[in-house]
Amino acid sequence: MFPPKPKTKKFVYLDHAATTYVDERVEKVMKPYYGKIFGNPSSLYEAGRVANGELNDCHRKVAEIIHALPDNIIFTGGGSESDNLAIFGVTRKHANFGKHIITTKIEHHAVLNPIEHLEKESFVVTYLEPDSRGFISPKKVRAEIRPDTILISIMYANNEIGTVEPIADIGREILKYRKENNSIYPFFHTDACQAGGVLELDVEKLHVDLLTLNASKIYGPKGVGMLYKRRGVNIVPLIYGGGQEMNLRSGTENLAGIVGFTKALELAQENRQDENMRLVELRDYFYDQISKKIDKIKLNGASLGNENSRLPNNLNVTFMDVEGEAMLLYLDAYGICCSTGSACTSTSLEPSHVLTALGLPYEYAHGSLRFTLGHCNTKADIDYVMKYLPGIVEKLREISPVQMGNKKHAKYK
Amino acid sequence: MKKIIKKVTKTKNLTKPVDIRSNDGSGWLYSDIVKDHFFNPRNFMKQGEEEKFKYDGMGRVGSPACGDEMVLWILVDEKSEKIKDCRWRTFGCGSAIASTSVLSEMIVEKGGMKLEDALKIKPQDILARLGGLPDRKVHCSVLGDKALQAAVNDYFRKTGQHGRIVTAGSKIIDKVLNITDHDIEEAVLEGAQNLEDVQKKLKVGVGDPEAIPEIEELIRFYMEKYYG
Repeated sequence: MFPPKPKTKKFVYLDHAATTYVDERVEKVMKPYYGKIFGNPSSLYEAGRVANGELNDCHRKVAEIIHALPDNIIFTGGGSESDNLAIFGVTRKHANFGKHIITTKIEHHAVLNPIEHLEKESFVVTYLEPDSRGFISPKKVRAEIRPDTILISIMYANNEIGTVEPIADIGREILKYRKENNSIYPFFHTDACQAGGVLELDVEKLHVDLLTLNASKIYGPKGVGMLYKRRGVNIVPLIYGGGQEMNLRSGTENLAGIVGFTKALELAQENRQDENMRLVELRDYFYDQISKKIDKIKLNGASLGNENSRLPNNLNVTFMDVEGEAMLLYLDAYGICCSTGSACTSTSLEPSHVLTALGLPYEYAHGSLRFTLGHCNTKADIDYVMKYLPGIVEKLREISPVQMGNKKHAKYK
Repeated sequence: MKKIIKKVTKTKNLTKPVDIRSNDGSGWLYSDIVKDHFFNPRNFMKQGEEEKFKYDGMGRVGSPACGDEMVLWILVDEKSEKIKDCRWRTFGCGSAIASTSVLSEMIVEKGGMKLEDALKIKPQDILARLGGLPDRKVHCSVLGDKALQAAVNDYFRKTGQHGRIVTAGSKIIDKVLNITDHDIEEAVLEGAQNLEDVQKKLKVGVGDPEAIPEIEELIRFYMEKYYG
C-alpha cells in the first residue's frame, strides 16, 4: 500500500514558481498604506502629496535596481497585465510599420495568448523552437528578423523548466540588426517574472526595450507588477482614464501594492547571490536523492548548475510510467505541494506546451513533476518529501500498465 | 481578521466546498468515493501477479501518449456467463484510477455480473457510482467501459463465439479523411464543444464541407449525452 501517513502532517511548499507567500518585511512596509497613508497620489492636498511622494520614491528605487530612469517604470496590476501592455502597446502603436512578431514556443500564456489574438488581427508570428534543453539561440533570433518585424518577445527564464535564456546575447544581436539597417525596429521585450528574485535585472546589460516583472513571485503581494519601457519606445495603453503612470496605466495607483513590490524587489536583489547558492545546493541535494532512490527518471530542461543556465530553485523531473496528476494528488495527501506538466491539470487536456516543445514525447510530459524551491525550504523538507515520494512512485508504477523502455506490452500478449 | 473569517463561514453555512477554478463552475473537487478508491484501489493486478492470475479475456484501451491507458483482465464462469474475478492496471490521473477501481468492484460483486449486463455498462453508470466527476474528467470513466467491452469481446473471441463480438457501430462522416462518428465522440469527450474545437483536433469537414451539418448534429448529440 501507499506509505503510511505521518502522525503530524508537515506542510512542504515546493511550488514557488506558481506563487510565493508575502515576506514579513514586505507586509510590514505595506501596512501603513491600508491605514494612515491612504491619499490619492493625484490629489493636491497634503495627504495626496505624501502618497505621491511615496509613489515617486518607488519609481526611483525600482529604476535604480534595473538601471533605468524613474519614468521608465510603469506600475501595473501584475505580470500578465505587463506582458499584455508590452505586446498590445507596441503592436497597436507600430502596426503601420510592420506586422511581424517573433516569440518562442515556450513562453508563458500571458505572452502566447495575446500574440495568438494578434494573429487574428492579421499579424504574422514566428515561433522559435528551443533546443532540447529549452535554450533559444541568439543566431536563430537574428535569422528570423524581417524588415517588417516590430516586436520580439522572449522570456528571461522559463517557469516550467527553469531554463535561463541568453537575453543579453539576443539583445545584442537585435541591436546589431537595428544598427546595420538603421532602424528603430524591432523592439525587444522580455518576461522576467521568474527571474526577478534570481538574476541580474540591468536593462542596459540585457539590451531590452521592455521588461516585465511581478511581485507575487518574489515574496511580494499579488495583483501588482511593472513594465519597464525604454525612453523613446512609444506604446499605447490598455487602460484609459485619469492618465496615471505617464498616461500608460490609468486608475488610482495601488500604492500599498507598489510599496510592497518595491520592497520585495529590493530584498530579492539584495540577497539573491546568497539565496541562489543555498537553493542550488538544496536543489542538487534533492535531485541527487531522487536519482539515488527512484529509477527510470529524466531531468527536463538544462543540466543542473548555476543560475546562468537554470533557475537555482527549479527541478522538473519525469517519472516514467506514471501520470503527473496522480502523483500530485498523493503528494498532496502528505502535505506536499508541487505542480505537473500533465494534461490533467490543464484546461485543454493537452500536456505542457513547454515540455512538448523540447521534443519530449507526450507520455514523458504526462509523467512530469515540477518542484520549485524557495525561502521556506530546508533540507528537512527535502528529506520529508523523500520519505514518501519513492513509495508513491513505486505504488503507482505497480498500478500502471505502461512500461516504457521495455518491449511494449510484451507481457500481456 | 480571524473574527471576520468565523463570521463569514457561520452565516454562509457552507456545507459543500466551493471551487471557483473552472470556468464552467463545475469545480475540480473529487467526491469521497473517488478519493477512497484513489487511495485504496481495489482488485488491481499486483506486481508479479500476472503470471498467477487466470483470465479468459483481456482488454486494453488508450495509450500513455493520450494521458490514459487501462488494461482489464476478466475471469468468466462459462456456464453462468458471470464475471468471477477481475484485475486491472491503469496509467492515468486520480479519476482514471478511481473509475477503474470502482468498475472492477461493480462487475465482481454479488457473485459477479453477467456478460450481457457488463456490456450494458455506460460511462454514466460508473460516474453515478463514483458520486460524479468534474466535467473535464468525464472521459476517464469512458475508458473504463471501453476496456470492459474489449475484455468481453476478447473472451468471445477466445471461446469461438465470434457472432457475439460487439463492434461499436461507427459510421464514416468525413469521407475525405475517413473520420467516424466515434472520432467525433472522442473529441467531445476530450473537451471540444463546437465545430471549431472539433476541427482543431480532427480537421473534420475541411476536405469534405458537405459533412459539416451532420458533424454539428453529432457534436450537439454527444454534448447532450455526456454533459447535458
